[in-house]
Amino acid sequence: MSAITHLQFLESEAIYILRETAAQFQKPALLFSGGKDSIVMAWLARKAFYPARMPFKLLHVDTGHNFPEAMTYRDWFVKEIGAQLVVGSVQKSIDEGRVQEEKGANASRNKLQTVTLLDSIEEHQFDACLGGGRRDEEKARAKERFFSHRDEFGQWDPKNQRPELWNIFNGRKHFGEHFRVFPLSNWTEMDIWQYIRQEEIPLPTLYFSHKRKIIERHGQLLDTETGFIPLLDEEKPNVKEMIIRFRTVGDATCTGAVESTASTIDEIVAEVAAARQTERGTRADDKRSETAMEDRKKEGYF
Amino acid sequence: MDVLVNPTESSLLRFTTAGSVDDGKSTLIGRLLYDSKSIFEDQLLAVEESSKRRGDAHVNLALLTDGLRAEREQGITIDVAYRYFATPKRKFIIADTPGHIQYTRNMVTGASTADLAIILIDARLGVIEQTMRHTYLASLLRISQIVVAVNKMDLVDFDEDTYHKIVAEYMAFAKGLEYTPNIRPIPISALNGDNVVTRSDKTDWYDGPSLLEHLETVQVQAETAADKARFPVQWVIRPISDQDDSKLGNLHDYRGFAGRVASGTFNVGDDIVVHPSAMRTKITGIHTFAGEQSEAIPQLSYSITVADEIDTSRGGMIVKANEPVQSGQEFDAMVCWFADKKTLKPRGRFHLRHTTNEVRAVVTDVLYKVNISTLEKSQESQEFSLNDIGSVRIRTSAPIFFDSYADNRTTGSFVLVDEQTNNTVAAGMIIKPITDAFDESAEVQI
Repeated sequence: MSAITHLQFLESEAIYILRETAAQFQKPALLFSGGKDSIVMAWLARKAFYPARMPFKLLHVDTGHNFPEAMTYRDWFVKEIGAQLVVGSVQKSIDEGRVQEEKGANASRNKLQTVTLLDSIEEHQFDACLGGGRRDEEKARAKERFFSHRDEFGQWDPKNQRPELWNIFNGRKHFGEHFRVFPLSNWTEMDIWQYIRQEEIPLPTLYFSHKRKIIERHGQLLDTETGFIPLLDEEKPNVKEMIIRFRTVGDATCTGAVESTASTIDEIVAEVAAARQTERGTRADDKRSETAMEDRKKEGYF
Repeated sequence: MDVLVNPTESSLLRFTTAGSVDDGKSTLIGRLLYDSKSIFEDQLLAVEESSKRRGDAHVNLALLTDGLRAEREQGITIDVAYRYFATPKRKFIIADTPGHIQYTRNMVTGASTADLAIILIDARLGVIEQTMRHTYLASLLRISQIVVAVNKMDLVDFDEDTYHKIVAEYMAFAKGLEYTPNIRPIPISALNGDNVVTRSDKTDWYDGPSLLEHLETVQVQAETAADKARFPVQWVIRPISDQDDSKLGNLHDYRGFAGRVASGTFNVGDDIVVHPSAMRTKITGIHTFAGEQSEAIPQLSYSITVADEIDTSRGGMIVKANEPVQSGQEFDAMVCWFADKKTLKPRGRFHLRHTTNEVRAVVTDVLYKVNISTLEKSQESQEFSLNDIGSVRIRTSAPIFFDSYADNRTTGSFVLVDEQTNNTVAAGMIIKPITDAFDESAEVQI
């Protein structure tokens, strides 16, 4: 017998986690952003329960600051894999006074998502949320469990996590608590791209090289076409058209682009292999402090 | 180095690293990551900045793995950190376990999913108590491959005799263990890179591979196809649909047992026994999303259909008819206790999680505790506190389907969950079933 490949191992491990989630919880949801990690996770969920439909809904926490391409893709993809979508709206949370919009040029709704996410979890009574987080993304994530416990306030306590041994995952909880589950924990950015190539998974066009009007701010290349990023007067003359692609796709206000001519999956794989910056290096939300991700996660962020 | 892994050929190796605080473990991991281009510029820059702010004399690579605020503030590693790197030949997952705090709990956790352990020895100090403790835990967890990395060889002038003396002492200790893994000693200097990625010209008396060469080529026998076939049932797939599937036809009667092969192989047509009913039947189909398969192999996930209407669900197990599994409610096991606020005592009650099964369990007897520095067994105390290891007898509320941990790391392992807090409080490895008292006395007479 020849050894299985690393992608076969990672796929099977993720399917195992997805099935554990379905079995151990009453009402799980799969967090779907339209980004490549959540696309791969949903793709694996379809495989895990075939020939039945996946036994959970997709939950999109919508900041309202979306790239239109990502929305078009989302609606197409959900239909394609035969899933059901529910949307939690940050705009609604703002309108209801649950959260207050940040002010200024660097305002982002990224942090506000946490409240909308927790509200959605309560409204739909989800007791587990599947997330596409990977341990190679960020140092706080490197300590994250596959089955990550959240108290009744949705908080993560990184110092008091349950040890995970062998293939045994402990999803026991008290009423009102929930879990975040990360089937892609052991995947790297390169694994995600190689799997997308192997499976020929269609992606939003934002991931591929295209022309876009861009403003450079604090070393980040930010989109100006969606209109969600307010431009300072002195920035306006500096907007320029560039050949770029996005390495991550999230809220338009904090997703940075990279200059790239990679227009096929093969070219992207080659680019990722040669890259000297992590993909989260393009994320403004992580740059706010050294432990920005840990702080957001403790409050209940993805 | 080219980091582009060939996805159709590369396999995965999971290993754990063990060492005490100053033996150069962070330096070694930092070097493996750096030389395989797995550390990115922005990560390195962030670590350099933090090191400067903290007043460290040099770039502190431990900051790469110490991600949590409390860890960075206190300069300690609290938890197992998982790191990833790749070469064109293999992908690697490192479970990096801290050297001191909660040592046993973290190493047992990291070792439970590892195929190989790197045990670091400081060439100036030789085999010390820590070395033996690490080796005992690796052996207890049945890690089949150990690399003894004799580090800081530059500080003993790459002296051949020093190296051989350490290796001989280590081998003598390892031979005395109940289970002796395959051992590969390598003289290295993590700081300078000698024998880490490439072979060093300073150790011309050493003709073995560099550490990375060894990691890239070593055969690991985790969950081999030659073991007895075991398929724990995770979930039953029932489409409850009258729609036709393009590959499977009408789905109205489809009932597939979903799971991941723990060991061995299954083929369509195999005679099998399905637990808990212990009914005999045949495999009629092995399905994945990609289509019908003729065989199911270890570690991969499938949906299996069988010939007869058989009652099983999550917690059940499919085995080959000629490779029976133990079915029982009482067994002896080694346990490692993880809780810091509670102790393990006779009559203690828990939820026991084993493969995909969960049952109630009571610890009926504490048999002995192991002093992991001297490996002596002691019956003095009936109470386990944090990081204690020893043997207990357990009875469950319903039968579980198991093998000894020595035979099967998946069907021989379990965890205990506290009934009040729901925390995972112990890791367990099954030694042997207790069928009935007469059998035991019969054994003694022989």
